[in-house]
Amino acid sequence: MSADQAVVSLKGVAKEFGRGHVQALTGIDLDVQPGEFISLIGPSGCGKSTLLRIVGDLIQPSGGEVVVNGKSAHQARVDRDYGIVFQDAVLFDWRTVEKNISLPLEMMGRDRRARGERVRELLELVELKGFESHHPWQLSGGMQQRVSIARALSFDPSLLLMDEPFGALDEMTRERLNLELLRIWERSGSTVIFVTHSIAEAVFLSTRVVVMSARPGRIVGIVDVDLPQPRTIETREEPRFAELIRDVRQLLRKGGGFAAEEAEREEEELIAAEENL
Amino acid sequence: MTAAVFVALWALWEGFKWFGETTGLTIGEFEVNDRTFPHVHDVFAQLFEPSRRNGPLLIEVLWDAALFTAKEAAVGFVLGAAIGFGLGVLLAHSRLLQRGFLPYIVASQTIPILAVAPMVVVWMGGRGFPDWFSVSVIAAYLTFFPVTINTLRGLTSVDARALELMRSYAANWFQILWKLRLPASLPYLFAAFKISATACVVGAIIGELPASIQDGLGGAILNFNQYYSTTPENLWATNLVAAALGIVFFLVIVIVEKIVVRRAPEHVA
Repeated sequence: MSADQAVVSLKGVAKEFGRGHVQALTGIDLDVQPGEFISLIGPSGCGKSTLLRIVGDLIQPSGGEVVVNGKSAHQARVDRDYGIVFQDAVLFDWRTVEKNISLPLEMMGRDRRARGERVRELLELVELKGFESHHPWQLSGGMQQRVSIARALSFDPSLLLMDEPFGALDEMTRERLNLELLRIWERSGSTVIFVTHSIAEAVFLSTRVVVMSARPGRIVGIVDVDLPQPRTIETREEPRFAELIRDVRQLLRKGGGFAAEEAEREEEELIAAEENL
Repeated sequence: MTAAVFVALWALWEGFKWFGETTGLTIGEFEVNDRTFPHVHDVFAQLFEPSRRNGPLLIEVLWDAALFTAKEAAVGFVLGAAIGFGLGVLLAHSRLLQRGFLPYIVASQTIPILAVAPMVVVWMGGRGFPDWFSVSVIAAYLTFFPVTINTLRGLTSVDARALELMRSYAANWFQILWKLRLPASLPYLFAAFKISATACVVGAIIGELPASIQDGLGGAILNFNQYYSTTPENLWATNLVAAALGIVFFLVIVIVEKIVVRRAPEHVA
């Protein structure tokens, strides 16, 4: 694998918050190839959400090099090279499902007809046909998250950044959306970077699982997931699935830090403080 | 329910009047009698009496006065809301401006309107503005403050994730204002508009006094005040009309809000 064709290339990326008081990330090297599905997993507060935001140019690294689609992360953001999905759907209450999905297209100045067509395709893709004129509060959590995924895909970004998108959903909804996400990923051909807390989810979805250590976040190891594609409901019952989960778990243990939720909250606060500057 | 409260208030008023008259109760130096506490039905009946010998009915006089004051108040409201909103947007985009200006904006509201009103009338009148417009400016002075404070509050209430989302689309500040901050702040804005809608009516009535405008409700209040000892019902009837005007302004805002704001039911104020 070479760096020049990578969708995302990270070299020695580090992040300090509060003038070096908190070392969130250190020495992150990672190349993500086109079409890959990469999961970032690690103990709470290990900086995986921070890393995702550095790739998205939403916060600045304090060291290292970030290249997205062969250009700076900033240029990639300005060129709208990526779509992002958060743990909360972050839909705008005052917009209908249809208008929420077309928000990025509006900002890119696409005309009404083109927007309408694209929204129709996407509603079909995320199986929300018939809900276009509903408002977000009329939808379940899972449906809201599907709208938010459709919105991220609306302008066909080559890269999809997902920050624990299913973390707030119940187990059954989460498994269904996992399958749906894989189907969308196969059809769209985009590259995904997916932050998660769940080992099973990471193994089930990914082509590679990047395991990170407790703070300061480093990459402890990368697990190649050689489960056959496409993944199905039966994938979880394969013996290889259990083996891979054990591999990830061992790496996590090596990284140490079974940190409490406090570390996670602290990371969120640090990000918020940084963005307000 | 509104009707039930009205009946209860009526009963309270008449009950107190009856109690005061039979026991000879005095409040300070005021006796409770028909002059200090006219019957509620007399106040309403007065509306349909001629305002002076062979003149139009009182309600016709007050209707014209209310329309005149309504014009002053409406212009004042629009002016105040626009200035208030503009200030709010400005302050929301700069913490430095916020720190510099907010104390003075607060101070502007601690000065009694009665102290400011004559100055506005003299100053504006000297520059050729019609008197009614001076009154609108006074009404605007009471209108802008809640709008500024709530605009500021509303625009900065936006979720951090929503801002990240907009930045991920490389949105400029105007797109963020127009597509995110403004719609998110509408419930705050309308809360402010409701306060301002009644405040601007008060501002217009008070503004008419130093402007010596005779055509509005303020002029009517001043006029009927002088004849209070003979016909107290006139002043009370004028107060009723002034209150009704405030309620009409409030209801207009409520209706506009219903049309404009589309939000989750639990968010509706």
